[in-house]
Amino acid sequence: MDFKLHVWRQKDRNSEGRMLSTKVEGISPDTSFLEMLDILNQRLIEEGDEPIAFDNDCREGICGMCSLVINGVPHGPERGVTACQLHMRSFQSGQDIYIEPWRAKAFPVVRDLSVDRGSFDRIMAAGGFASVRTGGAPDANAVPIAKEQADLAFDAAACIGCGACVASCKNASAMLFVGAKVSQFLHLPQGEPERKRRVLKMVDQMDEEGFGNCTNTYDCEGVCPKEIKVRVIAEMNREYLRASLSHDET
Amino acid sequence: MNWLFRLFRSSIGCKGIMALTGIALFGFVIAHLSGNLLIFGGPDAMNAYAVSLRELGPLLWVMRLGLLATVLVHIGAAMRLTRQNTDARPVPYVRRQNVASTAASRSMMMTGLTVAAYTVFHLAHLTWGFILHDFATAVDDQGRHDVYYMVVKGFQQWWMVFLYVVAMVILAVHLRHGISSFFQTLGFNHPRWNPILEKSGIGVATLIFLGYVSIPATVFFGLVGLDGGGS
Ligand code: HEM
Ligand code: FES
Repeated sequence: MDFKLHVWRQKDRNSEGRMLSTKVEGISPDTSFLEMLDILNQRLIEEGDEPIAFDNDCREGICGMCSLVINGVPHGPERGVTACQLHMRSFQSGQDIYIEPWRAKAFPVVRDLSVDRGSFDRIMAAGGFASVRTGGAPDANAVPIAKEQADLAFDAAACIGCGACVASCKNASAMLFVGAKVSQFLHLPQGEPERKRRVLKMVDQMDEEGFGNCTNTYDCEGVCPKEIKVRVIAEMNREYLRASLSHDET
Repeated sequence: MNWLFRLFRSSIGCKGIMALTGIALFGFVIAHLSGNLLIFGGPDAMNAYAVSLRELGPLLWVMRLGLLATVLVHIGAAMRLTRQNTDARPVPYVRRQNVASTAASRSMMMTGLTVAAYTVFHLAHLTWGFILHDFATAVDDQGRHDVYYMVVKGFQQWWMVFLYVVAMVILAVHLRHGISSFFQTLGFNHPRWNPILEKSGIGVATLIFLGYVSIPATVFFGLVGLDGGGS
């Protein structure tokens, strides 16, 4: 298969970027999207050009590193998969393919298609954890948790923190991500002690990072590779309003 | 009070204010419609209703100022959130595709501002009497301001009917997203209720549209007129 690629090239954080076009030829339909970029990069290196920088790690859809907006859609045209799980058979030979980085003020471009998602880490550090005492591990089944609640927590915890929600949102809002990270503790007794503090700190950090605000348009739900539902945003809204009105700290 | 300021300044608190003021305005839209439909009761019902409103005296001013404050807070919060939203993506995409969102949800600022502009026009027409002034000064045989005459004469003009119908389409589009959004913003989301809320958003917006448009439409097509038609 042959493709005409249009790729965002940007030297570093402070440079202006632009789209550059190039052709790739003789690609097998079973090549993954990232392998196609590997093949292109090999050629660029052999020709003495700079290879295209893009984030990736596991290449099996679990680490959340890959972050390409492909023809205007984060992670490309298939639903419920990351860019690393996408294959060239999802495209037509001869097609134009536009490849851009996640675009948000809170995700500055480091180089080409690679962005700095440290803002997500800072939100997690602000409250996205459950503090536990060290000591002997408690018996796994000692704390009863209803199956339905465990399922809700698990569905939220499926979030891999890739940031596709931010990339797809017309407002570059991070509320699907933060909602998932609030919800994964909300349904478990282990999350209870820090329940109010967690949501207050995480949302405040989210606002500080310069993400936009959800306007309930739900493109995020459509592109999430883990199919996280916007119910987690409603849960975060409810928890934040409740905590704001009733928390005991000043 | 620190916690209150913090709440208002936050993204979610500001969205909550949008939702609460939005639903209050929605309440006004329903109340206003129920009053307007009195036109189908004939000139006497309509003009008596207008007098009873004016007789509220200071209470009417409390309601008016409350409504004005609600609109201003709704618009102010919308401006603040929208500015943050545009700031959040300084470099736009070369290609961007919408995956799941509706056009109504993406154009809330546009539809909202159009409703605001329409509201000013509407006040200039029927409250202040700046537009079609000659129809706004009539008095009925009991010496009351002839609101019925003013409305009927107004809607015998095709361009007036056109403007009102377009404005009501836009209001309905705003409410179509606004009604279901209200629940999500305040934290209500449940798989059993989501489809019902989504459909009632569309349903209620459609009913409001039909209710309001029934007035210019029946006047324009002569079903309601000055010769006592409709009474
Ligand atoms: C007067 C000018 C108006 C402007 C500029 C405006 C603008 C907006 C904006 C930008 C939103 C946020 C949309 C979102 O989060 O996606 C919104 C929400 C809403 N508006 Fe308005 N609007 C106006 C008038 C009205 C009126 C007259 C009503 C009621 C009849 C109304 C009812 C609502 C409701 C119920 C919401 C949903 C709140 C939420 O986000 O949960 N708005 N409006
Ligand atoms: S590279 Fe790990 S999820 Fe794509």
